[in-house]
Formats: sequence, structure tokens, C-alpha cells
Amino acid sequence: MNKLKNSILKGLKKIAYPVCAIIVAIFISVFFVIWAKEDSVFHYFSTLTDLFSVIWKGSFATKRQAFTTLEYITPLIFTGLANAIAFKTGLFNIGVEGQFMMGMLAAGIIGVIPGLNVFIHIPLMIIGGMLAGGVWGSIPGYLKAKLGINEVINSIMMNYIALNIINLLILRTAIGEQRKAATPIIQISAMIPRFNNLSRANIGIIIGIIFAIFVFWLLWKTTIGYELRAVGNNPQGAEYGGINIAKNMIIAMGLSGAIAGIGGALQVSGILHQVQNFVDLPGYGFDGIAVALLAKSNPIGCIFAAILFGTLNSSSKILQLNDIPKQIVYLIQAVVIIFIATDYIVKYFKEKKKKKVIVNG
Amino acid sequence: MDNITIIVALIAATLRMATPLIFAGLGGVFSEKSGVVNIGLEGIMVTGAFFAVYGTYATKNPFIGIVFAIVAGMAIASIHAFLCITMRADQVISGTAINLFGTAFASFMIMKVFHKGGQTDTVTSLPYKLPKFITNIPIIGNLVKDLNWFVIIALILVLVSSFVIYKTRLGLRIRAVGEHPAAADTMGINVYKVRYLCVILSGALAGLGGAALSIGITPVYREGMVSGRGFIALAAVIFGNWKPKGTMWACILFGFAEALQIKAQSFGLNLPQEVYAMFPYVLTMLVLVGFIGRTAPPAADGVAYEKGKR
Repeated sequence: MNKLKNSILKGLKKIAYPVCAIIVAIFISVFFVIWAKEDSVFHYFSTLTDLFSVIWKGSFATKRQAFTTLEYITPLIFTGLANAIAFKTGLFNIGVEGQFMMGMLAAGIIGVIPGLNVFIHIPLMIIGGMLAGGVWGSIPGYLKAKLGINEVINSIMMNYIALNIINLLILRTAIGEQRKAATPIIQISAMIPRFNNLSRANIGIIIGIIFAIFVFWLLWKTTIGYELRAVGNNPQGAEYGGINIAKNMIIAMGLSGAIAGIGGALQVSGILHQVQNFVDLPGYGFDGIAVALLAKSNPIGCIFAAILFGTLNSSSKILQLNDIPKQIVYLIQAVVIIFIATDYIVKYFKEKKKKKVIVNG
Repeated sequence: MDNITIIVALIAATLRMATPLIFAGLGGVFSEKSGVVNIGLEGIMVTGAFFAVYGTYATKNPFIGIVFAIVAGMAIASIHAFLCITMRADQVISGTAINLFGTAFASFMIMKVFHKGGQTDTVTSLPYKLPKFITNIPIIGNLVKDLNWFVIIALILVLVSSFVIYKTRLGLRIRAVGEHPAAADTMGINVYKVRYLCVILSGALAGLGGAALSIGITPVYREGMVSGRGFIALAAVIFGNWKPKGTMWACILFGFAEALQIKAQSFGLNLPQEVYAMFPYVLTMLVLVGFIGRTAPPAADGVAYEKGKR
């Protein structure tokens, strides 16, 4: 019984800081809302409750909206997990964005093949997305492992390269329909089932949750995961223990990219049903960074962080209708990360406490 | 157009496109020389690009727009400085937070000030008029005519930065703090102060880089306008061996890749536009692959300094 109590306390301690970060971020963002509306600061609390009720109304008030919110949550689970794996290995895969897009492209191409059985077509799309994302992620991983090049810069560059390759293929080759600046609608056999016809929410979210559990299992219950975490915690120590750092870096980036790619494939298979050309980076991967950081790279935590940020994203339309700029959503996200980055403050107080103990003792 | 005119136009375009990168790159050099990695250059450039347009829009004076960009850049960089130096945050995560915040804040401000999404109004750009006797010089006159003040300021700042870093007492302190902060500390240098100074200076420079991109090239701020230039500037810092002049040459190379996109048609090269758009990014990766390991970062780059810790 005591053991259970202890583990619950431990868990609560772990989530205390992220939860505080969210609360502080929301309190700060209220100032932005007041500023945007040119309201008085004395209306702070009414603005705060307004903001909450609008976000709630915009994302969960009706059955339709609740399902629409699931649409927004699904890709974030995948991009969050992708970022988390890289973080756990001590890498920063800012290229999840591009890997997700490559997964979308692969699914968009495979999805139009006619005459396939559902049970072949959907797995084929997912595998296609996985490979496309995996390859796109392994390249900066390989360059980091073998040549020591900063994976952040390379994977950012590969985001823009992915964007331009996709636009090139869609706008100038037979892969896209030039007239519509998009790939053709995928075959019915390539569409994963939706929950209902209220929204585009689909079983992709269930696949996402399964993947979160899978990643948790992989990281904490397998040798591969042990090695990845060892490289992330202490590369020198890991190498001394006989773990190949270079190999694990490539595995981590490849895995990270593969999961991002699967997310992209499911986005096409379940929600978009085609790939349109991109004017700018769509931002799934960047949201995923926020998800993973908030979750402290815990795969199960990623589900909840994805729910939070997905809900915020989902409410952006209704915020706009209530004269609250929808960009407030991204500001909240950025402020959350700023606070997550300052987790040193927790350690600082802990160390101070320790010092006192020593002095007194 | 004859060949010389085309080449002159290409050189001018290269310098114009390289300028925002040079400013941001110099910012990167100062920050990293003092030992703080500044992944947030991208977000600072975004902020600078927006505030240059906003300042110009609000006061109808592009010079004040530049001041706005510099001050905004410094303000957002001081967040990064506080997080990395005082709070000892992970510098990459802090930089990412800066990138997200800068981009979100600029979009928020577009909505607030211009009441529309995605793009500001077009404002007046920085006037650039030269006396007749300069523009009348053959070839050079044509080249100089095609530039703008930002290009000239950037080139001067490269020389000034190089002088400051390698020939002044302050520069010596900056380098000492970046190479061995504990040793610098024992010699009585305030490590935190020097690092704060350098990171905030890098914000001013990257903000100026953003201004060079918006009111220097097209006097409007559009979402997605900076599109990775902050990261390209970081690559230029690595390629340029953390030296101002080396960084400048790297930026000019990347500027050339961008200029090619604008000027390719005049060579009769008719590749799809996307291929040119991809070119600067591919080039950045190739350059990193070719030059990594041959250049060395400051020894304490990216490591937070904790006083009294062994």
C-alpha cells in the first residue's frame, strides 16, 4: 500500500512542474488577450474566464466539436512521440516537420493505386510513410553520428528541402493534378475508418495511443531502448559500457522519423485524403516539439500533452470569432516552452535545501 | 542584356540576399564566441523583420523602423540570455522557445496592428540615393546602384566586429569567456556580464538582419518570410570558423544560392522554381558535410557556467 502511495506521489511530483508551466503560461497569455482587445487590466479575471470558456466551447461543447478536436490531437501524438525519442537519445530532431511531410507524400502517392484490398492498402500506406519519414530522419542522424554535424541545422534544412520536393512533384509532375495543385483523392480502400460523419476524426488516434505505449515499452523494456537512453544520459559512460553511440544515434533519428512518417501517412489516410502543395511549413512537427518538451519526453505523457495542444489548436477558429486573435494559441505554446526550459529553478531550490542541511548538520 | 550587365546584376543580388545572413551571422559569432549557442537567431530575425515594418508603418520613417527592429531584437535576445545564463537552461531548448515565441508574437502583432492575417501592409523602404559621380563610374557604379544601405552597413560591421573581437580588450575577454570561463573568472572577468552583453548584442544584430530582409529587400512582413535564414546563418558561422570575415564569405556563398533563384532566368536556365528554392538549403548541408571538423568551435560553446563549480 505504501509502495503505491509513494509511486503516486512520485508521479505527481513529476507532473507538478509541467502543470505549473501551463497555468503560468495561460495567466501570461491573458495579458496578450487584454492587449489585443485594448481592454482594461482590471477586467483580468473576466478575460481569463472568457478565454477558458471560449477554448472549452470551441473544442468540447458539442459532439461535433469534440470529435473535431480529436482530429487535431492525432498528428500531435505522433510528432510528439517522434521528438520524444530523439530527446531521450540526447538529440534534437527539429526535422520531424519534414519527416511528417514526407510521410504524407508517400501516403498520397501509394493511396491512389487502384484495385487493392483494404487490408493490403492501408498497411502499405503506413509502411510507405514509415520508410519515407525514416529515411528523411536517418540522413541528419547519419551525418551527426559519422561526421558530427549539428543535427538541428541539417534537419531544419531538410524540412525546407522536403517542402520544395513535394511542391515540385505535385505542381510539375504527373503525381499531382496541376489544375488543383494537389494529388488526386486517394482510393476508398486507402482510407482508414472515421468514427462518424460529424468530423474527420478517425481510428488514427487509437493507433497513436498504441504507438505511445509501444514507444514506452521500447524505451524502458528493451535493450534497444536501454541503449538509446544510455546514449542520451551519458554518451561517454555508454561508450565505456560497450554501446555504439553512432549506431544508436542513427537508430534514434530513423525511429523518430519513421514515427513522424506514420503520423503523416495517417493524416492523409484518415483526414486529408490528398496532399496539397505547401505554401509554408505546416507546423505539425513544431507543435510536436512543444508536446514532447511538456511531456518531459515521456511517451505516455505525450498523449496528454497532445490533448492539451490539440485542444488549443482546435479552438483557434472560435477564438477568432470572439475577437481573440487565434495566434494566442501559439503564444501560449511558446510561453509554456520558455517555462519548461527554466526547470533549473526546481533544481536550484533543491540544491539550496541540500546546502542548508549540510550547514546545519 | 550583355554578359557584364548580367554578372553585375547577379553580384548585386548576391550581396543583397547575403546581407540579412551577414547580420545574423555576426550575431551568431558574438554569442558563440562568448559560449552561448543561439539557435534563436531565426526567431529574432522574425521579430526584427516585423518590427522594422511596424516602426516604419507607425512613424512613416524607415530609420525609426530600424531602431524598432534593433530594440525588439535585443529585448527578445535578453530572454534567451536570462534563460541560458542565469537559469542555465538547455540552450537549444531555450533557442527553440525563442523561435516559437518570435514567430507567434509577430503573427499576433500583425493581427493586432494590421487587423488581418499573414501579412502586413507595404511600407516605405529605406531611401537609397547616391550622388551622380558614383553611379556614373562604369560597372562599379551599376553595381553600387543595385545595393542598399544595409549591404554597406553589413560589410562595415564585419570589419568592425573582426576588430573588436581580435584587437580590443573586450574582444579578448569575450574569447576568454568562451574558451575557458573558469580561468577568465579567476582573472576577474565577470563571465555572466560578458555573456549577457554578447547575447543581447547578437539580438541587436539579428534584429537588424530581419530589418534588412523586410524593409531592405521587400518592405513588407509576411509569415514564413525568414524561412530558415537564421539557421543558414548559424551554418555560416560554423563554415566561417566562428570568425566574422569567414562568416561573411559563407553568407555571401549562401546569398549567391538565393540570388540564383531570382536571376536564373536571365541566364536562360529554366529549371522549375522549386529547384532554385531548394538550392540554398541543399548547399548549406553540402557545405556542412564538406567543412565540418576542419573548423573548431569555442571550447565552452553551449556550456552554462556555474560559479564555484569544479
